[in-house]
Amino acid sequence: MTLEGIFAGFGGQGVMLIGQLLAYAGMYEGKQVSWFPSYGPEMRGGTANCSVVVSDEPVGSPVISEPDLLVAMNRPSLEKFEPMLKSGGMLFYNSSLIHVTPKRTDIQVIPIPANDIATELGNAKVANMVVMGAILKKTGVVKLETVVSVLKKTMTGNKEKLIALNQQALEKGMELVG
Amino acid sequence: MAERIMMKGNEAFAEGAIKAGCRFFFGYPITPQNEIPEYMSRRMPEVGGTFIQAESEVSAINMVYGAGGAGARAMTSSSSPGISLKQEGISYIATAEVPCVIVNVARGGPGLGGLTPSQADYFQAVKGGGHGDYHMIVFAPGSVQEIIDLMYEAFVTADKYRNPVMVLADGLLGQMMEPVVLRDWEDLQIPEKPWASTGMVAGKPQSVINSLGLAPEELENMNIRLQNKYRTIEENEVRYEEDGVEDAELIIVAYGTSARVSKSAINKARAEGKKVGLFRPITLWPFPSKRLAELAEAGKRFMTVEMSAGQMIEDVKLAVNGKSEVEFYGRYNGAIPSVTEVYQAIMKSFEGREVHK
Repeated sequence: MTLEGIFAGFGGQGVMLIGQLLAYAGMYEGKQVSWFPSYGPEMRGGTANCSVVVSDEPVGSPVISEPDLLVAMNRPSLEKFEPMLKSGGMLFYNSSLIHVTPKRTDIQVIPIPANDIATELGNAKVANMVVMGAILKKTGVVKLETVVSVLKKTMTGNKEKLIALNQQALEKGMELVG
Repeated sequence: MAERIMMKGNEAFAEGAIKAGCRFFFGYPITPQNEIPEYMSRRMPEVGGTFIQAESEVSAINMVYGAGGAGARAMTSSSSPGISLKQEGISYIATAEVPCVIVNVARGGPGLGGLTPSQADYFQAVKGGGHGDYHMIVFAPGSVQEIIDLMYEAFVTADKYRNPVMVLADGLLGQMMEPVVLRDWEDLQIPEKPWASTGMVAGKPQSVINSLGLAPEELENMNIRLQNKYRTIEENEVRYEEDGVEDAELIIVAYGTSARVSKSAINKARAEGKKVGLFRPITLWPFPSKRLAELAEAGKRFMTVEMSAGQMIEDVKLAVNGKSEVEFYGRYNGAIPSVTEVYQAIMKSFEGREVHK
């Protein structure tokens, strides 16, 4: 099994983070993984994206031309990456901020009102985790427990108190598409 | 099995060097390798080493010359335009036979170029770059784990031959994250360096490190010694990896990032019954010419895939010496070929069509 995903959005929406989270979780489940960020003259509020491969086989290209999975957290990301998605692939888009409908009809379109749900949970910053939850449920690529254990390993000190909120957001995302 | 941790390629260059006993780092910032000096600035003090952000690339390479000349394991890192600035120092170091490691996380050029990954520094790395008849040993890692492992081999090989070693990668390898296993090298032992210049000791002859040879005869003898050493290195240090070449009609020759992309494209073409294999040089100098010549004799044809306008293809052509066809597919300076593009180039080659756009 190989899953290739592109995670895209504004800088600050946490797309790099959920891409890394997926890669780390894949690694802890014994899979082969790679994570490659867009880089260069980037700025806060500009667009950002990363490519993640999770596979049972050694990863060939870390650069993806036909992703199985696309996360679009804002409209420019949707417009840029929707045409690349593999036929039958999954498109998760942030319907709180994107008010157009994806054009493709040969893909699974999964709208997630990520910002609205995150705000209901009390912190708009966990919008990315809501989407991550939906991905976990839909793809089954890694387990929720593994993702939570990665959060516990990486969120220490001041951030420890945010683990529960992030877990709640993941679970909300799972319920939404369950 | 040891624990796998996620690491960025650039961090792997730095930690790989520390694990290999490197205790002196001199550098000057440039994208896309800035995580190397950043990591070193934190790690070197922890291991009792020295980190210096020099005032320029030129002074950084000359600090490496000094530390290496005093017998330490020393390195610098930069990216393409910065590596160009270091060329005079590299030529001096190679001539003075000072072991050291130079990392180039290459970006698109020529000139100031851009920040995206490129393999257009191949000629500079393997053919000289600086002036005179010298060679660096050039390693080309293809994964983050291989970066760690080759940094160790780089320091060992540099000491073994008293020669600068370049580890040549590109911005993608520097920026990507992959799981790695870090290990402490059991045989880590920095050899005695009686030639090092470490100060006057009564009764010990002076150690002089320089690259000057004003007398013609002296200069020629120095060159003969260097050339003899290079022949020994060519004999002993060639490294490469083959994947599915036995039954292949077409062999893709690619290193680093291009090899990764090619591997995925080859899998796709194989699934459609095309007999295509991968030959990945790990040392770019010395180049695995002998093995490529054997494969040409066996009737294979070749295609190089490069992130340049076609540089390594010249060495492949020299290796097969007209016995076989060598095609080329590449993207120029800053563009990474996609799996689909390489796959299409492979299919075109099997249809006997012109591969390159």
